[in-house]
Amino acid sequence: MLNPTCSVTLVADGDTYTAFPLSNAVLAGLRPLTAQQFGYDKIAGSGVEIAAGRVTGIDPQARTARLGDGRSIPYDRLVIAPGIDVKFDAIKGYGEAAAEVMPHAWTNGAQVALLAKQLEAMPEDGVVVISAPVAPLRCPLGPYERASMMALFLKARKPKAKLIVLDSKDSFILQKQFEAAWAELYPGLIEWIGLSQGGNLTEVDVANKTLITDFESYKADVANVIPPQRAAEITSTAGVADRTGWCPVDPITFESQLVPNIHVIGDAAIAGAMPKAASAASAEGKICAAAIAELLQGKTPQPRELGSSCYSLIAPDFALAIGDKYRPTDGQFMEVEGNATSTPADATAAQHAQEAKSADAWFAATTRETFG
Amino acid sequence: MAKPLINVPAKAKRGEVIEIKTLISHVMETGFRHSNIGEFLPRDIITQLVCHYNGEEIFRADLFPAIAANPFITFHTVATESGMLTFEWTGDNGFSATGQANIAVVD
Repeated sequence: MLNPTCSVTLVADGDTYTAFPLSNAVLAGLRPLTAQQFGYDKIAGSGVEIAAGRVTGIDPQARTARLGDGRSIPYDRLVIAPGIDVKFDAIKGYGEAAAEVMPHAWTNGAQVALLAKQLEAMPEDGVVVISAPVAPLRCPLGPYERASMMALFLKARKPKAKLIVLDSKDSFILQKQFEAAWAELYPGLIEWIGLSQGGNLTEVDVANKTLITDFESYKADVANVIPPQRAAEITSTAGVADRTGWCPVDPITFESQLVPNIHVIGDAAIAGAMPKAASAASAEGKICAAAIAELLQGKTPQPRELGSSCYSLIAPDFALAIGDKYRPTDGQFMEVEGNATSTPADATAAQHAQEAKSADAWFAATTRETFG
Repeated sequence: MAKPLINVPAKAKRGEVIEIKTLISHVMETGFRHSNIGEFLPRDIITQLVCHYNGEEIFRADLFPAIAANPFITFHTVATESGMLTFEWTGDNGFSATGQANIAVVD
């Protein structure tokens, strides 16, 4: 422990955590969902007290976190990493009930399992439609990795099927690399329709499994609607989200700019140029912990650099990678010049295979570090 | 150039207020920028969209350099009679594009 005199309580909902990196591979049948799931036993074994439950209220004056069952936990420093909520009110006709028919599969394992089941059950010449939202979103490359993983499944199992990606954006990160990979591995299978081609989803007709954009309607056999997102609900309750729906934080300590003694890490935080990615969240967790240990000892935390790396699986032994380093500059995380790396558009098969290995190694290392 | 996108309801009741959506792919270069090697980038924008409903002008918009690329313009009109709506975009460097959509108006 960074500061052995601290006592640390982890509030965790349920006894299993489902990790989202690589979870798109579950849709292709490359990984079982259980490979994404981790327990808290080893964290408990390291001296952290585990409180099972969900934080439903925070009192920043009294400095207590209230759990769903009424228990109240006092804190000197509270760290929340609540992730995102999909905005159920952003697309006409979409909502929690609609998500049982047109899963978003963006926030929990059950949704991923539902989407996988729907793919399995769809007709051989069916149409899959994915809708990708505006930024900022959790896992900015996720919709395109997902399209790739679905294409892998369709090519093998439903060879007459078609996959349409409706996008509310006109471009996405590593677009050239994705499109080159799609042309090589899945020719003619994936059709990407960007904003200026009318790809912005505005409405769904759940009864007819139809996705409606500003200009067209798309009838789907499997519809994966990924709505726009915001920081999870508890951030509004706690008062740490601003009008953007996200949480402004100090980049040195990740302490909320709105409520003292509450730190926000992960996808919910506004972390400047850093992506909403697991690697970034993990790095933020470490920086935040180090800063809190110093704060509790009366020291002043210094700015720390952190890195992120994201992997997108296109096929087994074929992945794309992107990474960068960031440093607090003028109150925001900015890129450190000259550290951006990405798989080149003309990468060789050996490079793609190496990125896939790195993805596995990164996942194994990060989950081992986190869950033991 | 990609075909302009137009969304007019195929059917409407007489007197109903209908929404019309248009989107055209265009760079909308402002004329205020230089390239990364310092060359001046001359203005290249769409300057006007005009819509006629059975020959009568019902909507006109002048566009300026502050309008973003791929102008997406929506407006409303009253469905008066069955027929055709025509759209014409014009702009710098002799730019011109047209599109049309039919509407059936029922009582």
